[in-house]
Amino acid sequence: MIIVDYLKKSFFVAIWFMFLTFPIMVIRVDSIEGIVEWRWQNMLLVGIGSFILSLVGRYIRIKQEKAARSVQKGRVQQLKSSLLIDPKMYLPGLALISLLVLVFPFLFSVYQTNIMTTALMYIVLGLGLNIVVGLAGLLDLGYVAFYAVGAYCYALLNHHFGLSFWLALPLGALLGALFGIVLGFPVLRLRGDYLAIVTLGFGEIIRLVLENWNEFSFGPSGIANIDRPNFFGIDMSLNESIIALYYMMVCLVLFSIFMVNRLQSSRIGRAWIALREDEIACQAMGIDKTKTKLTAFALGATWAGMVGVIFAAKTTFVNPASFTFLESAIILSIVVLGGMGSIVGVVVGALVLILLPEYLRAFSDYRMLLFGAIMVIMMVFRPQGIIGNVRKSYLFQEKKG
Amino acid sequence: MEYFLELFFSGLTRGSIYALIALGYTMVYGIIGLINFAHGEIYMIGAFTALIVASVLTVLGFNQLAILLCAGFAAVVYSSAYGYTVEKIAYKPLRNAPRLSPLISAIGMSIFLQNYVLLAQTSDFMPFPALIPEFEFMEPYAHIVGSSELVIFLVTTLVMVLLTLLIKFSSIGKAMRATAQDKKMAMLLGIDVNKIISITFVIGSALAAIGGLLIASHIGQINFYIGFIAGIKAFTAAVLGGIGSIPGAVLGSFILGWTESFATGYISSDYEDVFAFSILVLILIFKPAGLLGRDKTKKV
Amino acid sequence: MKPILEVNKICMDFGGLRALDQLDLEVKSGEIVALIGPNGAGKTTFFNCVTGIYAPTSGNIFLHDMKGKSSSLNGLKPNKITEKGLARTFQNIRLFSEMTVLENVMVGCHCRSTASILGALFRNKKTVQEEEEIVRKSYGILQKVGISEYVNEMAKNLPYGAQRRLEIARALATEPLLLLLDEPAAGMNPQETKELDELIVRLRDNEGLSILLIEHDMKLVMSLSDRIFVMDYGRKIAQGTPAEVRENPVVIKAYLGDDS
Repeated sequence: MIIVDYLKKSFFVAIWFMFLTFPIMVIRVDSIEGIVEWRWQNMLLVGIGSFILSLVGRYIRIKQEKAARSVQKGRVQQLKSSLLIDPKMYLPGLALISLLVLVFPFLFSVYQTNIMTTALMYIVLGLGLNIVVGLAGLLDLGYVAFYAVGAYCYALLNHHFGLSFWLALPLGALLGALFGIVLGFPVLRLRGDYLAIVTLGFGEIIRLVLENWNEFSFGPSGIANIDRPNFFGIDMSLNESIIALYYMMVCLVLFSIFMVNRLQSSRIGRAWIALREDEIACQAMGIDKTKTKLTAFALGATWAGMVGVIFAAKTTFVNPASFTFLESAIILSIVVLGGMGSIVGVVVGALVLILLPEYLRAFSDYRMLLFGAIMVIMMVFRPQGIIGNVRKSYLFQEKKG
Repeated sequence: MEYFLELFFSGLTRGSIYALIALGYTMVYGIIGLINFAHGEIYMIGAFTALIVASVLTVLGFNQLAILLCAGFAAVVYSSAYGYTVEKIAYKPLRNAPRLSPLISAIGMSIFLQNYVLLAQTSDFMPFPALIPEFEFMEPYAHIVGSSELVIFLVTTLVMVLLTLLIKFSSIGKAMRATAQDKKMAMLLGIDVNKIISITFVIGSALAAIGGLLIASHIGQINFYIGFIAGIKAFTAAVLGGIGSIPGAVLGSFILGWTESFATGYISSDYEDVFAFSILVLILIFKPAGLLGRDKTKKV
Repeated sequence: MKPILEVNKICMDFGGLRALDQLDLEVKSGEIVALIGPNGAGKTTFFNCVTGIYAPTSGNIFLHDMKGKSSSLNGLKPNKITEKGLARTFQNIRLFSEMTVLENVMVGCHCRSTASILGALFRNKKTVQEEEEIVRKSYGILQKVGISEYVNEMAKNLPYGAQRRLEIARALATEPLLLLLDEPAAGMNPQETKELDELIVRLRDNEGLSILLIEHDMKLVMSLSDRIFVMDYGRKIAQGTPAEVRENPVVIKAYLGDDS
């Protein structure tokens, strides 16, 4: 009986969505020519699609409610956490992945290596934002601003003074951190939702300034002919330097994972998570709220600044159009999809979200639509992300009191 | 002087539109404490619906008044329906979730709706028919204030008055105020809180649709991205006036409208959006409660 | 003997409402003091003022430590007050629910440890030692309050009584001189309350802690406290030993209303 009930409900949902999407999905007008195009097939698609989605949604809800009540869930969780913690379980997999990463440029074309480099860059960006959003619980919607700072730092210094990439890399990181502190300081007193919108505002201000301040940033036309990174003074062809950049990114990803991992299980990392969980209790534990927020904000920005430099070097061209709010949104959806606070989650999230649209051409048009939908769906059905964070366990030998 | 007046009236027009959108932000914030990032998109969808209906009716050869009324009606109905649906899908399941979750969900919704319109329609600017007629009696002043500007201001005023009456005197308005004060208590008194929240979204969306229709007709073109910028600016206005406060939202909108108008007129139009964002940042840092808002003491 | 906490004529206004009115209170070293009063009397507001969550409108708060050093707590941020040696628990439990039990206590060690970001990144010897010390200390505290069996459990999955104990454990980790407990026995059954009673006495006797608690369970209050302060409508209406307070007509009136 209950199934009939669900079918009926989903049917009405489908009717509702067919109504809702009618003008925008079905009608298309060319008001200059005065032609109206009716796309009835879209209505059918919407109807079928929303019917199925509604059923699936209901099914997931019921399953979740059941799982919440039964003990079964605990066991699944156990298996998953042992998969991530127990070396016997994950070492073989890890070895295989490392091998694949190492030989990737030899197995695939330069074009694909280049895409992989992009994905690796997003992993690092995701790891950086993960500190701010996932660990410290500060919703930063202007993260791309620090990315832009790094990119323009290298682009301008290279253009004017011929600064080398290797000097720009730490400089970009430093400048990112500096901007993080300068922008963070006034806004970190704000409550969560205000913080989100102010960081969004800051992000847009920086982009608009870059777009309009022609004397400084060369305006919308941007800066071209930025030097590619030079590796040990070797003369390299374009293809070789793409492959070299790939390996450099692999190193940076490993470095970032190592760093973030150390941070999150440290005294500072615990303070971040405590801050995310409960600000008032966190302060009552003697933790300086402002300082803790600021370190998270600045450290997150450091990574963005660094990747910004790499971005400028990789594309050899920067302009303000690369640093829109959508870029921040992409990085945020990586963190959200993977699992806030989880390093493995961010890596998986970045690979899925960046590679999927590249390899499945059908997806690429629907990329942003998909990203938006992911944020909603993950929040509603699985707020912990595909790979939730696993807390460290401690073993005690002493006999219990 | 004439230039000043022209800027004054264009600021008034901007302010009116911001006010229509800002009310939706402020009402929703007042009732569930959420920044509805997707609200700007509701406004954009209102404008698109109006455009589509108006274009179809034009092709079919209706007269201008009928087109205006039908387009307005469709915009209001559809925006309300979208607002209602967005709340049901993206916010209602997250009522008791951590604070970050509904915010992220709202941003996702906003991005989704933008791209939905982009994909289903077009990424180009679409010409919007001038639905508001040019009045003859306005002709001598046309270089200072246009007919559509007058209509925008009058309609906005009318809508504000109606909304105030609704909230002050109707039983729905009372239920809304009660829910905003204390959801649990309202529930105990037999108020259907979910229904009231839905109604709030519907009213806010309807106002945004009116704004969308008016501004699109005034400016003459729209695209899928208009909601994002307008949304942030209207939100700025709501914060400026004190979020959660309805007169505050109106006041903030007019201040923002004039600031933008005079700043672009006398300083530089390149930085038009920077002014709004700067106001937003400054007000949140120095007076987060806004002009008419009250400071809230945190409960422990 | 000098009191450890000294509160002079403290007032707290919310808009036009006076939540605390000229309140005086002191806690001597090694004392267990209870703060009682009807709902809405301003007890939690008092705690919030003392711990820096609210800034009192007027009045003075002093903390005198064992070495005879005095410091004013007025206008200090909550974290600074905790550093000075005042720790609290919350009436509506505020644990870090997505962290393990041990981590909750480790967070409490924050202000008594020093590892910096660089320390965390490079894990020098000092940081590693400090981290080990934190783990050991935290586990010791868990044993002390009797919830060490849950050590790796998520805080949110703990039974109610254990959550209340974890709040105390977390506060202990900040190494306080004075512990403020906001309704520690709320929602506990008689057995749990009895164990809590023993725990609090043990903390005073073994750790040399002074304790100020808000509590509605009169049996607990009477058996536990050395002195009792009674509040109503933001004012102190009585103070004294449990026996004195029990007999005080003003207190009886405040609790039972005018008719009695």
